[in-house]
Amino acid sequence: MTTTTYSISRSSTVTRTAAVVGILVVAGLIAAPWWAGRADMRLLSEMFLYLSLACLWNLLAGYAGLVSVGQQAFVGFGGYMLFALAIFAGVSPIVAIPLAGILGALVAVPVALLIFRLRGAYFAIGTWVIAEVFRLSFAQISALGGGSGTSLPVAIVRGMASNRSMREATTYWLALGMAVLVLVVIYMLLRSRNGLALTAIRDSEVASESFGIDIWRHKFVVYIIAAGLTAMTGALIFLQKLRISPDAAFNVNDWTAFVIFIVVIGGIGTLEGPIIGVIVFFLLRETLSDLGTTYLLILGVVAIVVMLKAPKGLWGTLKERTGLELFPLSRRVVKNKSDK
Amino acid sequence: MDWINAIIQGILLGGLYALFAAGLSLIFGVMRLVNIAHGDFIVLAAFLGLSVTSVLGISPLLALLLVVPAMAALGYVLQRGILNQTLGDDILPPLLVTFGLSVIIQNGLLEIYSADPQKMSAGPIETASIALPGDLNVGVLPLIMFLVAVVVIAGLQWVFYRSALGRAFRAVSDKQDIAELMGLNKAHVFGLAMALSLAVVAIAGVFLGIRTSFDPSIGPGRLIFGFEAVIIGGLGNLWGTLIGGIILGVSQNIGAQINPGWQLLAGHIAFLFVLAVRPRGLFPRID
Repeated sequence: MTTTTYSISRSSTVTRTAAVVGILVVAGLIAAPWWAGRADMRLLSEMFLYLSLACLWNLLAGYAGLVSVGQQAFVGFGGYMLFALAIFAGVSPIVAIPLAGILGALVAVPVALLIFRLRGAYFAIGTWVIAEVFRLSFAQISALGGGSGTSLPVAIVRGMASNRSMREATTYWLALGMAVLVLVVIYMLLRSRNGLALTAIRDSEVASESFGIDIWRHKFVVYIIAAGLTAMTGALIFLQKLRISPDAAFNVNDWTAFVIFIVVIGGIGTLEGPIIGVIVFFLLRETLSDLGTTYLLILGVVAIVVMLKAPKGLWGTLKERTGLELFPLSRRVVKNKSDK
Repeated sequence: MDWINAIIQGILLGGLYALFAAGLSLIFGVMRLVNIAHGDFIVLAAFLGLSVTSVLGISPLLALLLVVPAMAALGYVLQRGILNQTLGDDILPPLLVTFGLSVIIQNGLLEIYSADPQKMSAGPIETASIALPGDLNVGVLPLIMFLVAVVVIAGLQWVFYRSALGRAFRAVSDKQDIAELMGLNKAHVFGLAMALSLAVVAIAGVFLGIRTSFDPSIGPGRLIFGFEAVIIGGLGNLWGTLIGGIILGVSQNIGAQINPGWQLLAGHIAFLFVLAVRPRGLFPRID
C-alpha cells in the first residue's frame, strides 16, 4: 500500500549543488594571489566590497523595508574611524577594522532613534541628512585634515605586511573575507527567528503586529547590524584607497546610488540578486566607463527601465518563472511516497 | 546689530527655501510621492532661465514667463509618461525612478553646460537696498523673493482649498478609487499636480540662479533644504512650510555668524532638533 506523507524542506538538489559550487568558487578566489594579476585583484577587491554594501542595503530595503539613501554615512564613518584609530591610537589597521564596525553600530543607535520617527520616503531623505551631518562634521575636524582630508601614514601601511605583494594579498583577502562575512551574517539572520519575523513584516505589517511581533525592535536590530557591517566595509574601502576626505568618504553616488543600482538590477529582496547585480554593474562599468557622463546617463535610464519593466530585477524575474533558489531560505512542502 | 542682520537675512533666505519646499509638499500631499529629483529640477529650471536670458537678452524675471510654462509642461508629461506607473503601496518604485531621473538630469546638464558655475544677472535691482533704522539694510531682491514666496504659498493654499482643481487634488488624495467613480481622471489630476509643482520649482530655480552661482551638481543639496523645511513646518501644511523655510534660513545664518564652516551644519541640527522634539513637525495638519 502506498501512503503519501508530507514534510517541510528548505534544501533541494539545486541549493546543495549551489553550496558546493559556492565553496569551490570561494576557494578559487582565496587562491587568487597565486593566479591573478595585480589589476585583477584590485578589481575583484572592489567587487567584493561593493557586494558587501549591496547585500547590506538589500537587507535594509528588501527585507526590513528601510529604504535608506544615506548609507554613505556609515561607509565614511567606518573609513574615518580606521584612520583615527590607526593615526591617534596606534592601532593596527587589521584590528581597527572590526573596531570601526563596533563604533559604527554604536553611532547607529542614536541615529536610528531619531530617524525611525520618519516613515517611508521621508525616512530615505532623513538618512541622507544624517550623512550630510557626518560629512560636514568630519570636515570640521582639523586633526583629520578638515575639508581636504588626510592620508594613511606610510609607516602604518608598511606595518601591515613585510612587502608590497603580501600587503596587496592581505587587503584582497580582507575584502573577500568581508563579503563572505556579510553573506553568512545575512543568511544566518534570515534563517533565524528574526528573519521569519522580517518576512512576516514584509508580507503584512498589520498581521505580523497582531501576532505580537515587535516591528520597531526587529527593524532597529537590522539597522544596527547593517550599520556596523557597512562601517567595517567602509574601513576596508579606505584601507585600500589609503586616503580619505569628507567628499570621497560621504559620497552619495559612490556608496549609495551605485549600490542601489546593483540591488535593483540584480533583484531586490533576494540574496542572489546583489551577486548578479555586482557582476552586471562591473561589466557595464568596465565597458562603458570611457564614455564619462554618458555612462552615468545610461545607468540612470537602465535603472528606470528595470524598475518599470522588471521591478524584481534579473534574479527576481528568473526566480518567479522557474522557482530557482540558490540559498535555501524559503520553505516548501515536499511530497514523500513510501510503500508500507 | 550683526545678529539682527543675520536673522533678517535668514528670514528672507527662508522664503527661497519655502519655494524649494512648496512643490515637494504639494505632490506629497496629493499623491504621496517624494520626488528625489526635486532639487535637480530646481537646477534644471535655473539653467533653462540662463539659456533664455542669454539667447533673448532679457531679464531673468521676464524669462520666468517662458520657464514656468516649460517646466509645468515637463512635469505633466513626466507624470503621465513615467511617474504614474510607479505609484502604489510600495514606496520603492517612485523613489528609485526619481533617483534615476536625478542622475539623468545632473549628467545631462553636465554634458550640455559643463561643470562651470553659472550665474544670472538681474541688473541694478540686485544691488539695490532699503535702509532701515539702526544701520540695517535689506536687499530689494531678497525682499522680492520673500514676497513672491508668500504670494506663491497663498496661491497654492487658495488652489488647494478653494478651487475645483484643489477639490480634485484633495479627493484623489483621500480616496483614489472613489474619486475615479465620481468622474475624476486620476492620471490627469496627478499630471496637473506635478505640473503645478514644477511651475513653483521654475520660480524657485530662476530665483536661485539670480541669488547665487549654480552648477549641475547642487540639486541634491536643494532637495535636502526643501525637505527639511517641509518636515520642520509639518507635513502637508503649506504655511508651515514657509515657517520651516524661515527657521532653516535663520539657523543657517546664525550658524554662519558663529563660524562660516557651521552654516549648513546649523540648519541640519535645527532640523534634527525639531525631529527629536516634534517628530510630526511644528504645525502638522490635523487629519
